Amino acid sequence: MTAALKVVRPGLFDTVQDFGRIGFMALGMPTAGAMDRIALSLANALVGNPLDTACIEIGVMGPDLLVEADSVRIALVGPLSPSLIDGPDAAPKPLESDRSHLLKRGQILKVGMIDGSSTAYLAIAGGLDLPVFMGSLSTYSRAGVGGFDGRKLAADDVLALKRDAAPAGDERKLGSPFDYGKGPVRIIWGPQEEYFSAKGRKTFVESEYTVSKEADRMGIRLDGPVIEHEKGADIISDGIGPGAIQVPGAGLPIVLLGDRQTVGGYSKIATVASVDLPRFGRLLPGQTVRFQPITVAEAETLRREQEQRLKNAIAGFQTARPPGGIDLAKLYEVNLIDGVVF
Amino acid sequence: MSVRYLSCGDTAFTVEFGNEISPAINGQVMALHAVIADARKAGKLAGPLAGIVETVPTMRSLMVTYDPLSTTRAELQPEIEALVAKGLKASGKTRQVTIPCCYDGEEFAPDLKDVAKATKKTPDQVIEAHLKSAFKVYVLGFMPGLAYIAGLDPTLYLPRRSQPRVRLPRSTVAIAMDMTTIYPFESPGGWHLIGRTPLMMFDQRQPQPVFLAPGDSVTFQRIDRKTFDRMAHDAERGTLDWSKMVKA
Repeated sequence: MTAALKVVRPGLFDTVQDFGRIGFMALGMPTAGAMDRIALSLANALVGNPLDTACIEIGVMGPDLLVEADSVRIALVGPLSPSLIDGPDAAPKPLESDRSHLLKRGQILKVGMIDGSSTAYLAIAGGLDLPVFMGSLSTYSRAGVGGFDGRKLAADDVLALKRDAAPAGDERKLGSPFDYGKGPVRIIWGPQEEYFSAKGRKTFVESEYTVSKEADRMGIRLDGPVIEHEKGADIISDGIGPGAIQVPGAGLPIVLLGDRQTVGGYSKIATVASVDLPRFGRLLPGQTVRFQPITVAEAETLRREQEQRLKNAIAGFQTARPPGGIDLAKLYEVNLIDGVVF
Repeated sequence: MSVRYLSCGDTAFTVEFGNEISPAINGQVMALHAVIADARKAGKLAGPLAGIVETVPTMRSLMVTYDPLSTTRAELQPEIEALVAKGLKASGKTRQVTIPCCYDGEEFAPDLKDVAKATKKTPDQVIEAHLKSAFKVYVLGFMPGLAYIAGLDPTLYLPRRSQPRVRLPRSTVAIAMDMTTIYPFESPGGWHLIGRTPLMMFDQRQPQPVFLAPGDSVTFQRIDRKTFDRMAHDAERGTLDWSKMVKA
């Protein structure tokens, strides 16, 4: 019998994502990929995977997954309301985020609701056994490619796993929550800032914008003061980089994310610095955001510092078992499986 | 021609060769795209150029994406400027692609009569003009595999339809302005529908899932309904032989 996770109940928008489909934008293929690469990396590191291994990206509300493998090591990263682990013959018990867990055959992982962010990630040690499409497992649902059948997860989907059983070893946990940064989202002017009047550019960086309900993996439409164009909203189409902020004729900005199209014909006032893209990918409708311009060189430096902090966070993982003590959570799991009660 | 370098954040910049659509400008774009792709294939993307992730050609610009962890804009841009200063010659290695197209019947060519009326031609003359057009793929985008193919016979130039269609079938061949296109998926569209190809512009079962690439030379070949049905059947099954249609 092949090892798998079976979807007992789907969440709202769960897709398989890695760092994205790189190298095919020239053919019109969007990169897709994780909205929050920091959380994806941390989840993978917690279960001992390479950082770019494909995970399940959880949108708003997570799925219930039945373990159909001897054992599987998983980690959830993201601000989730308590997830539960439900056994065949024991009461459900809470399962913490930001650490790894060992699950056994027949247990059901009930992923919680996301609280204060739009995405969380479920990593599985060894990864999912899915076909690689154009170099990636990322789901791009608009074209129905990648991930599981090119779409979000649905009831009764069986996600094959690469490993039949989790390797022996301690569980690991994140030392302290990763600091995504606070304050205004950093942007770099361009590529078409000259299409906007001085007044329009001032409006953009001095106003507060609210995430509208039109927010998905393709992009986030913002509500707020109208940004004035000077040369018009239309350009001869050019390439759209990650985090590009396009402003159509109505004057409200749209920040383009993983599932964005590769080229487009609206003028782009600025681009979100890559250091703040994971933070931006976590925004929820109703949350507010302000923008602060920085230079390309500053953005590059901030990004490198963030990567170093990510490395430090991974190096600083703690063993989930307290030193010199016993891991009660693990003991409980063992009892749950063996049915032995002391 | 003055080349401009436009910031797209700290992971990309756009090399803009001009602010108009012209074969000369697109030639420069495609040449820089090809120079970088060839260097990558030959394993010769060294120094700051090794930090390039991919390049995205459009009608008048090339977006260069890079990894800010392995290079910087300050190091990379001068290297690109040097490539441009050396003079970009199109490699001349364009693929010749022949696309079979059935122009028959209301189902495949619902706008053929309207196009004929608007261009003061007979439907057959419209088809002839489409067949003798020397097309070139300028850019792919908006959806995977959707190609903007310029070079339409000038006697067929028309604006887009005033009323776009909400749904049109996959593999529909359409014209508008100075271009033709082929819809890779069932999708909305505002162009004039004059035929259908049995080929799939996007087929994830193929080793190269996207049929056309920027820079391809394209001509259409008229086929009858019977040939269409046979080829479409094979294309659905994934057994159609592409080798006769694409010459490297």
